[in-house]
Amino acid sequence: MAEKPKVAMYWCASCGGCEESVVDLAEDILFVVENVDIIFWPVAMDFKRSDVEKFADGEILVSMINGAIRSSEQYEMAQLLRKKSKIMIAYGACSHMGGIPSLANEFRKELIQNYVYSEAPTVSNPDETRPQPILKENGREVELPVLWETVRALDQVVDVDYYIPGCPPTPKILKNALVTLLSGNLPPKGTVLSPDVALCDECPRKDTKPTDLQFKEFKRPHLVEIDPELCFLAQGLICMGPATRSGCEALCIGGNMPCSGCFGPTSRVRDHGAKFLSSIASSVDAKTEPEIDEILNGIPDPVGTFYRYGLAKSTLHRRLNL
Amino acid sequence: MMENKSNGNGQKEWQPKIVAFFCNWCTYTAADSAGVSRIKYAPNIRIIRVMCSGRVDPQFILDSFAKGADGVLIGGCHPGDCHYQEGNYKCLRRFRLLQRVINSFGIEPERLRLEWISASEADRVRVVVNEMVNQVKALGPLALPQKYEELKKEIEHHPVTSEIKEE
Repeated sequence: MAEKPKVAMYWCASCGGCEESVVDLAEDILFVVENVDIIFWPVAMDFKRSDVEKFADGEILVSMINGAIRSSEQYEMAQLLRKKSKIMIAYGACSHMGGIPSLANEFRKELIQNYVYSEAPTVSNPDETRPQPILKENGREVELPVLWETVRALDQVVDVDYYIPGCPPTPKILKNALVTLLSGNLPPKGTVLSPDVALCDECPRKDTKPTDLQFKEFKRPHLVEIDPELCFLAQGLICMGPATRSGCEALCIGGNMPCSGCFGPTSRVRDHGAKFLSSIASSVDAKTEPEIDEILNGIPDPVGTFYRYGLAKSTLHRRLNL
Repeated sequence: MMENKSNGNGQKEWQPKIVAFFCNWCTYTAADSAGVSRIKYAPNIRIIRVMCSGRVDPQFILDSFAKGADGVLIGGCHPGDCHYQEGNYKCLRRFRLLQRVINSFGIEPERLRLEWISASEADRVRVVVNEMVNQVKALGPLALPQKYEELKKEIEHHPVTSEIKEE
């Protein structure tokens, strides 16, 4: 029997949800095991970095990396897997666009570390201990990874062939991607493996979307009772659907929550947040500055709302002039 | 690319780059008329003619900053005078929200300005451009391309030595 193609899966700055999404394949996981050899997957199987180093360059067919890149170790692993793999896939929103971790780009590293290691209410750290790059213990010296100032998407540090979007990707998206890759009939490099149309296209509430939106106020999902049939935008709730790529089968919508944009933009859009801001703001139903501002103040955190999954890949990348 | 700021001893003064999006029907015509009337104003703006201030996609503005503009000026018709009825209102609404967004990214809101200048207000072009150039000069260079280059250095730095140097 011919050798099965080798697949590696690795995680960087992520929550583990992407790993979970592989398990969510349920019985389809048998399809995966039948067709590929998983040679590296630290979350589920006991392989070490040295096992990967033993492979020849390009010997691994596909490496799927989830999570953003924000430490020297994650960067090294991304480089190593890139070298050993024919195809590199950014798996999930963090790897694709920076994801939730890249919201850290609104702050300085020092500020984040101060909070995490000292100021958080649940932390007691009287010695003000901080992670050190070198640890000396019992005469041994251990080198630890360094946290970067800026959180990056995978393609900002290594060459990426394809993207599987989502927070996390759905089982259907993952299975379709694997079938495509194993077929050998590869799409053009740089393709996001999900339909290139807006989510509204597959939204069950499509018919209730007004042709001419007018926002008199913006509501927040946790403060109102949400109509389960009516378009969220028509209810004054921010739904990123019109600016977000489809393919998730409108899962959040089905759960009566508006889209928050995890699949990223379609291929025609360069800056997901700016494009959505443009569409939302232009539909504010006011003509004078004070009235406009009053309505727009209903969006308390525009960056966190419009760039929730994509700050690293946005035009401006991060906060500067810190 | 970035010149030194003058300290009054004959060095070349740093000149801000300002990208201006002027609408075809009002502000661009005013700027044209300013030129014909030989009205002098600061040469720091690069005018891009758009059909309407409502055509100014926030992506254009962010791109301008990211590619090295120190300021962005948008000029449109006065409220109620838009050639396309509503375009300038759409622009105003986007502008109000975008100013909050760029502020969160560490870009001073004064670097983005929106002005209504009608076709007959050639002298207003002079006043607004001069004011904005002075304001941006006072803020200094934004220099995003250089800052992005600076940020990239942490990728290639040897992890251990870079951290020790910081401390």
